[in-house]
Amino acid sequence: MLKFILQRVLSMILVVLIVASATFFMMRLLPSGPFAREKKLPPEIIKNLEARYHLDDPLWKQYVDYMKNLLRGDLGPSFKYKNRTVNNIINDGFPVSAALGAVAVFLAIVIGIPLGIWGALRQNGWQDNLVMFIALLGVSVPNFIMAVLLMLIFALGLHIVPAAGWGTFKQIILPAFTLAGYPIAFLARLVRSSMLEVLRQEYITTARAKGLSERLVIFRHALRNILIPVVTVLGPLIAAVFTGSFVVEKIFAIPGLGRYYVTSINDRDYTTILGVTIFYSALLVLMNFFVDLTYAWLDPRIRYVERKVS
Amino acid sequence: MDENNVLMRIQGLTTNFHTYAGVVHAVDDMTLTVPKDSVVGIVGESGSGKSVTMMSVMRLIPNPPGRIEGGHVWFDGAALGMPDRMEKDGPNKGMVDLLSLSAESMMKVRGRHIAMIFQDPMVSLNPVLTIGLQLTESMVVHGLATKEGAWKRAVDMLALVGIPKPEERMRDYPHQYSGGMRQRVMIAMALSCSPELVIADEPTTSLDVTVQAQILELMKELKAKLKSSIIIISHDLSIVAGIADKVVVMYAGRILEEADVYDLYEKPGHPYTVGLMKSVPRLDAENRERLVPIEGSPPDLLSPSVGCKFAPRCKYAMNICREQEPPLVTVGEGHRARCFLHHPTAPAVPGFVKVE
Repeated sequence: MLKFILQRVLSMILVVLIVASATFFMMRLLPSGPFAREKKLPPEIIKNLEARYHLDDPLWKQYVDYMKNLLRGDLGPSFKYKNRTVNNIINDGFPVSAALGAVAVFLAIVIGIPLGIWGALRQNGWQDNLVMFIALLGVSVPNFIMAVLLMLIFALGLHIVPAAGWGTFKQIILPAFTLAGYPIAFLARLVRSSMLEVLRQEYITTARAKGLSERLVIFRHALRNILIPVVTVLGPLIAAVFTGSFVVEKIFAIPGLGRYYVTSINDRDYTTILGVTIFYSALLVLMNFFVDLTYAWLDPRIRYVERKVS
Repeated sequence: MDENNVLMRIQGLTTNFHTYAGVVHAVDDMTLTVPKDSVVGIVGESGSGKSVTMMSVMRLIPNPPGRIEGGHVWFDGAALGMPDRMEKDGPNKGMVDLLSLSAESMMKVRGRHIAMIFQDPMVSLNPVLTIGLQLTESMVVHGLATKEGAWKRAVDMLALVGIPKPEERMRDYPHQYSGGMRQRVMIAMALSCSPELVIADEPTTSLDVTVQAQILELMKELKAKLKSSIIIISHDLSIVAGIADKVVVMYAGRILEEADVYDLYEKPGHPYTVGLMKSVPRLDAENRERLVPIEGSPPDLLSPSVGCKFAPRCKYAMNICREQEPPLVTVGEGHRARCFLHHPTAPAVPGFVKVE
């Protein structure tokens, strides 16, 4: 098991380094640069700026320097926000996005999974149709529409929660639901179809033939088997939701990390682009690693053990 | 038969499947008596209604599309411990109709009084739960033992069905067992609550031949030790013949013949039974006889023909066979057959024993 974890950690580091390298060079293929303004800066100033950020070095040297710093955990200074490093940006933004994301994932799990189970158990009944309708809404209504609708109804209409802002628990509710919309729908559909599949399995008939109640059949015999596909999508989903959403954070005025994924590219803020991309990919490979570990816990057939000889 | 000796009596059981193509008459007016402490074999081709009959008894027919349309499944009320549900008098005095029970009461019957062994042990055990849990849970839900007590009994059951090192193997998962061993586990599981009836639905079909023999041997051995009656379903007459006291031949959702196992071999009362016997290889056959298949294919249960369902494939079919369904007539003691050849005016057919 230790060997397995060690191998995985090494390959994860390799993946992140490859992502970093690819992003580094692809980013440099973008036209224009970090100091391009509508009003042209004098060439001397640009030259000074480039010298300060070492952009006048040959590309390979910049790459080597960046990688050296990266291995020390230093993501460099932001080109756009003076006196802030990319580490600062992530340190400030990620906890906010992650807190919001955690609530959204929690909602997705406690709403999406039961909805899916309910739909499957009442297959083709009105409950099932309702679940599938909610799921259809969830996947097809874009989050900026969802955000505005929720705001109109619950903030401006019913005055239950504030429309935007960050800092109190009430302010998390609307953006969390907006962010959870798609995952809820996605999980509900996935759980429903997996449940229908599992309920057709012979071992479910065996369980029923033993005289187990339907509750035990579902929760002891079926649920564990449907969790494997659920966990598979949950890993990448958590990585995506925890790193924030540009749209949701913009609409609800949340100081999260999400907006930097979009603005840094527009600004050609090289270090920020690299920093947030590397951060996201690291989180993603980490989550996938956790998913693999969870598989072993869920399904004894993929448990990493020395085979017993009997 | 002694009326007190009846464990279960299926009476006029009819189960249909309502599909988009139409109504499939899977089991039609099925009648069957299972005596206490006996082994009844049910033989028939795929789609003859053997499994559907038993799933109807267990009330595990998926609905929709399946529906039990009529009939009764009488079960010994004293064994069930449901004195208030028993018939007060009549031919089924002291029996309880399983089809009339509430879903909750039926749950108490399943596993506790009627247990099932399924065809494919590779898929009938839950892959993510330990053998120990799967073996003990029915004893626990039926309130027969505490978790610890059930665990001890499960270890004994595993030893009984011939699993070496049963204590260690309780913590294993199904994938750590071979196919034959899994079927042993299924048998242990079925017997764990000492049910009055065990239904074995093709228990050896998915196993290879040597393992088949072992499993059958085990079932015979356990039969001798335990009090349960067994219904064994198979498409293979030879498997049933080796273990059953009484054999029922099913075709197109109905019984074609029912007889004591010796009677069935000595004087088969239906051309279909004769055909089944000829299509099975015999060890005592002289100079390598060829196997004789039954020509044709099983009938379409969506639009059953009038008349005898076997008539289209029957060498001896007469005009009447295509016009009317023959009744199940008694042709000997405990021997019934559904064939017009037993009619006094029917012509004698070579190779077919007409019983007066």
